[in-house]
Amino acid sequence: MNIIGTPRRRVDGRAKVTGQTKFADDVMLPRMVHCKLLRASVPHARIVRIDASRAAAHPGVHLVLTGEDFPIPYGILPVSQDEHALARGIVRFVGDPVAAVIARDEQTAADALDLVVVEYEALRTFAGPADSLAHPTPRIHEYGDTGNIHKLVSLQFGDVEQALAGADRVFEDAFFYQGNTHLPIEQHAAVAARDPDGKLVLWSSTQTPHYVHRALAKTLAMPAAHIRVIATPNGGGFGGKSDPFNHEMVVAKAALVLDRPVKICLTREEVFYCHRGRHPVLMQFTTGVKNDGTITGMHVKTLLDGGAYGSYGVASTFYTGALQTVTYHIPAYKFQGCRVFTNKPPCGPKRGHGTPQSRFGQEIQLDKIAEALAQDPAELRLRIVEQPETLTANYLRVGTIGLSQCIRRVTRAADWSNTFRKLPHGRGVGLACSSYLSGAGLAIYWNDMPHSGVQLKIDRSGGVTAFCGATEIGQGSDDVLVACVAEVLGIDPLDIRPVTGDTDLTPVDLGSYSSRVTLMMGNAAIQAAERARDLLADAVSRKIGVPKDRLVFADRRVFDTEDGSKGVTFSEAVCLAEAAFGTIGTVGAYTPPKSAAKFKGGGVGPSPTYSYSAAIVEVDVDPDTGWTHVPRVWIAHDIGRSINPVLVRGQVEGSVYMALGEALMEEQIFRRLPPRLSGALVHKFPSMLEYKSPTTLDMPEVFTDLIENPDPRGPFGAKEVGQGPLLPVMPAIANAVYDAVGVRIDEVPITPEKILKALDAKAAGKAPRYGPAGFPEIPWPEPLRVAPPWAGGDGTADDKGLRAEGKGLNAESRTPKATSVPS
Amino acid sequence: MMRLPNFRFVAPTSVHEAAELLTSSSGDAMLVAGGTDLLPNMKRRQQTPGTLVGLRHIAELRAISNGDGLTIGAGLTLADLVRTQKVRESYGALWQAAAQVATPQLRNMGTLGGNLCLDTRCNYYDQNYEWRKAIDFCMKKDGGTCWVAPSSTKCLAVSSTDTAPALLALGASITLVSANGSRRIALSDLYRNDGIHYLTRQPNEILTAVHLPESTGWRSAYWKLRRRGAFDFPVLSAAAAAKIAGDGTVESARIVLGAVSSRPIEVAPAASLLVGHALTDEAIARAADAAAQPSRPMDNTDFTLVWRKRMTRVFVTYALRELRGDDVRDLRRRVSRQELL
Repeated sequence: MNIIGTPRRRVDGRAKVTGQTKFADDVMLPRMVHCKLLRASVPHARIVRIDASRAAAHPGVHLVLTGEDFPIPYGILPVSQDEHALARGIVRFVGDPVAAVIARDEQTAADALDLVVVEYEALRTFAGPADSLAHPTPRIHEYGDTGNIHKLVSLQFGDVEQALAGADRVFEDAFFYQGNTHLPIEQHAAVAARDPDGKLVLWSSTQTPHYVHRALAKTLAMPAAHIRVIATPNGGGFGGKSDPFNHEMVVAKAALVLDRPVKICLTREEVFYCHRGRHPVLMQFTTGVKNDGTITGMHVKTLLDGGAYGSYGVASTFYTGALQTVTYHIPAYKFQGCRVFTNKPPCGPKRGHGTPQSRFGQEIQLDKIAEALAQDPAELRLRIVEQPETLTANYLRVGTIGLSQCIRRVTRAADWSNTFRKLPHGRGVGLACSSYLSGAGLAIYWNDMPHSGVQLKIDRSGGVTAFCGATEIGQGSDDVLVACVAEVLGIDPLDIRPVTGDTDLTPVDLGSYSSRVTLMMGNAAIQAAERARDLLADAVSRKIGVPKDRLVFADRRVFDTEDGSKGVTFSEAVCLAEAAFGTIGTVGAYTPPKSAAKFKGGGVGPSPTYSYSAAIVEVDVDPDTGWTHVPRVWIAHDIGRSINPVLVRGQVEGSVYMALGEALMEEQIFRRLPPRLSGALVHKFPSMLEYKSPTTLDMPEVFTDLIENPDPRGPFGAKEVGQGPLLPVMPAIANAVYDAVGVRIDEVPITPEKILKALDAKAAGKAPRYGPAGFPEIPWPEPLRVAPPWAGGDGTADDKGLRAEGKGLNAESRTPKATSVPS
Repeated sequence: MMRLPNFRFVAPTSVHEAAELLTSSSGDAMLVAGGTDLLPNMKRRQQTPGTLVGLRHIAELRAISNGDGLTIGAGLTLADLVRTQKVRESYGALWQAAAQVATPQLRNMGTLGGNLCLDTRCNYYDQNYEWRKAIDFCMKKDGGTCWVAPSSTKCLAVSSTDTAPALLALGASITLVSANGSRRIALSDLYRNDGIHYLTRQPNEILTAVHLPESTGWRSAYWKLRRRGAFDFPVLSAAAAAKIAGDGTVESARIVLGAVSSRPIEVAPAASLLVGHALTDEAIARAADAAAQPSRPMDNTDFTLVWRKRMTRVFVTYALRELRGDDVRDLRRRVSRQELL
C-alpha cells in the first residue's frame, strides 16, 4: 500500500495552520443579526410570568422568542424527547435557556436580555443522587422510571451468585468518578439563514449534522427536505457537540421569522451549561476470582448523576455496564445501573461515553486483586485476556484482540519488571488496560439503512470529489476519507476534494461519535472507490488490451502489472471510462453486522470490532504534601491498521492529555449556597481559568506504541483510536499512586488533598484509602436474565414476558412509538 | 462572546497628562496598562468605568534605572521584567514571581504596576454578571453578603498578586503620582486587609515606579502554589529574602505570604527567628512553623483551605532551603513544572 500506513500531512492541515479554516463563528452573511439567550438564574422553578415587552421595544432588537414559540420537544434519543429550545413553564438548572433576543449586534442583544422580566416560583432543588433518590417529588420530569429516577437497568448473564460462591476470593469495592466536561477550544456557534428559495440553512459546529437535521425538522414542523444542515469544521468536539442544541433551534426559528441570517456564538460559560459531559458515577464492583486470578463472575452497580435532561443518558447508563466483558473473560456477569435527574446541566457522552468511569473501577480492582493474590498485575491480566473472535457473556462479538501485545509492549518499554514495587518510596508505576467500540452497532433511532454513505464524482481532469456526511471535528476524518479513496484509485490524497458534513450535498453519515467514522465511512469509501476502479479498469482494459485483473492503480497511473510501460494516466483512464459509460459517479455504503444481542438493552455495546489499549504511568508523589507529578506515560494501542499514523499518534497523545486532566484535576462541580440564606445551586467555576485542565507544562513525556494487526472488519484493517486510549490512563495513575505511597485513591480527580488524607488515615492505622464508603439502596427491578452463549443461550432473555414489554434503546424495538413526552 | 461595555478611551503620553485626566474625569475613570486584569473584569461587569486612561504610550513608565538599588517603571511588562538581567541576578524572588505570572501571552501584555494593583480574587466574585446574579451577587460587587463567610462584615477576596510578596520580601517602596504631586511609600503601605478596599492608592493616583534597595549580600526566592504550571493565580505563595554573612549566619530576613488573605502578609516574627542563626534544618523548621501561623486561607480559591493552610509551612520551607543554596531543581520541576533558574 502506498498511502495507508504512511505518515502524511493531513489534507486539511494547510487551511488550519494558515488560519483559513472557516469555523461556524467565521460565517458572516449580509444583513446578519445576532442572538443571545437569557438563561435561568434559578436552579428549579416554575415560570410564573415572562414579560418580554421592554426587551422587544429596545432599540436595535428585532425579535424576542420564548418557550411559547417552541411547542415541540426534542432530544437526541427517541426515548428522551424532553428538551425544548426555550423553557416551557419550568426551568431545571441555572443556565437553562428561557428567552432569546435577536438584535442588530451582540451587545444590543445582551443589553436587552436584562429587560426581559421572568417571575419564578421556586421548587425543591436536587443537587445530587442522594437528593433525587430521597425525594421522588417534585419530579424534574414527568417521565422516567420512577420519581426522579430517569432510568433503571438490571441485566444478568448467567448465575452470578453461584459464580461468586464458587470463587476462591470475592472482592467488593466502591469507586467514584467525578463528572467533567469536554472543554473544546471552539465554543459552539451557529448561523441560520433562508436560502433565496426560502429553504432553511444552518451552519453549526456540530458533530452530528444528521441528527440536528432531524431535530430541526421535528421542532420547526418543516419538511426535512427544506432544511440543510452544514457542519462546519469543529474546533474540538469530544462528544460535547453531539446533541441537537437549544441555540441551533433558536437561530433557525429566528431566521425563518425574520428572513435574515441569525448568528449565535456561545460564551465559554454557556458551553459549561450545554455540557453533556462525563456523568459523575458512583459504582460498586463485586468480583469473584480463583487463586490464579481467573474471574468467575462479576456484579457491577452504577449510579449516574444525569443532570437536568435525558440527552444520551439512557445509553450512557447502559455503557457503564457494557464493556467490562470485552477485555477479560467473565463467565457470569450482572449489571445494574441507575440514572437520576438533578438540577444541573445535563450529562451525556464525553470521549469514552460511560465506559471510562467503570473502566476506572474495574482496573483498580484488578490491581487490588493482583496484590491480594501476590501476583504481578501484568501477568494476571495476560492470563485472563478475552479470546479473539468470541461472543462474550453479554453477547458482544469481539474481533481481533491486541491487548496481550499492548501489555507486553508497555511493560517492556517501561522496564516494568524492574520498577513495579521496586521504586523508592514516593515513586511508582501503575498499569491499566481498556477497550472501546469501533462504532456503535446501532443508530440513535431505529432504522435498517446504512450508517455511512460515500459518493464519488470522478472527473475527466483526473480530480475526484468524495462526498460523505461525516464531520471533521479535528480528528482527521476528511483525511481518512481521501486516504481510503486515494489508496484504491492509486492517486494522491491531495488530488481528492472531500466534501463532508452537508445534508444537502452529502450522503448520510450518522456523525462523529462512538469512534465510528474511520471504520464505517472508511468501508463505505472503499466500496465506492472499488466500484469506480472497476469502471476505469474495464475501460482501460479494453483500450490497452490487458486483462482487467492485471491492471494496477498506483502513482496516478493505471498499468499492466507485468509490464509497467503499458498503461495510461489516471486522468486518461477517467476519460476512457467516461467515453465508455458516461459520467462517472459511484456510491458506497456501510451497515454494521447484526448484533447477537437480542435482549432489551442489548443495543448498547455491540460494535463491528473493538480497539484495545494498555498504559503504564509513572508518578512522583510527595508523601509530605500529596503533590503528584507525572513524568512519563507509556501507552500501546491496538489500532488494527493506521490509516495515517500521524493522526493516530495525535489521538493517542491527545487522549493521554485529556486523561491526565480527568485523573488529576478536572471537575464539573457545583456549589449550593447556605439554604437558610439562598436557594442558589450554581456551577462552581464555569471558566477556563478555574476549571482546571492541564497546560503544556503539565504534560509528561508520552511514549506511544501502535500495535498493527489488521482486523478484517476495518477499512484496510483499521480500528478506532479516538476514544480508547483515554481509558487506561486514569486507573493506571491511581494504581501508580498506590505503588508510590501505598494508599488507594478510589476516585477521580486524584488530588494532593485526597492523597494526604489517605496517608493520614494510613498513619492513624485506618484503611489506607480515600474513596466512597459504599453504594446506596436502589429500587432495582428484577433482572432480565439472559443465558450466556456457553450456557446454551441464543441472545434472548429467558423471560419472554419481560422482553415483550421492552422499550427504549432496544435491539428489537422495531415498532414505532410515541416519541414526545409531556413537559 | 462576552463584550466590553462602552467606555471612553484616552491615551496620554506623559504621567502628568494621565494624572490630569484622572483628576478631571469625576471619579469614573480607571487606569489601564496591559488590561489583562481589568478588561476581563469589565466583560464580567465587575468594573464599568466611563473612561479608561491608557498608560501604554507613556515611555517614562517603562524606564529602568540603577544607582542605589534599582528603580523599575510600573509600566514595564512582566515579560520585559523577566528579561531584565539585573532583576534575574540580584532580585531572584521578583524574577521568579514575574516569570510565573499567568502565561507567556499575558506576561507580554501585563505590567508590573498592574500586577501590584491586581484586583482581589474570589470564586464568588470572578464570575460573569449572570452567574453573580444567580447567587444574588456578593458584598464586593452589587450585593450585601460575603458568601465565603456569610457572617463576615468584611470582604474576604484574596490578594492574588505574585510580584507583591516578592517585592515586599525585597523591601521595595513605590512612587505614587497625582495631579497634586507625588509621594513615595513602602510597598507594604499600599495594601489593606480588605477585599474591597485592598489598596491605599487614591483614585487619582498613578503607581509610577518600584524602588528596590541595594541587594548586596541578599538572596531571595519565591514559591507559588497553584494547580498547574502556568495560567493559574497563586492560591498560596511564600517569598523569602535574607542577608547572609560569609559564615552562613542570617543577618537580616523577611518572609512574606501571598494569597492567604486580602493583602500579602509579612511574617516578621518568623523571619526574626532566623536572624543570628545559620539556615539549618532546625532553624528553617522553626521559622516555617511560625510563618504558617497567620495563614488563614478561605474556601474561595482552588484547592481546599485545610490543605492550603498545611502547605504554608511547606512552601516557606522550600523558599528557605533555596536561600540556603540547596539544589531545588528537581523540586521546582515537580512543584512549579519549570526550573526557574
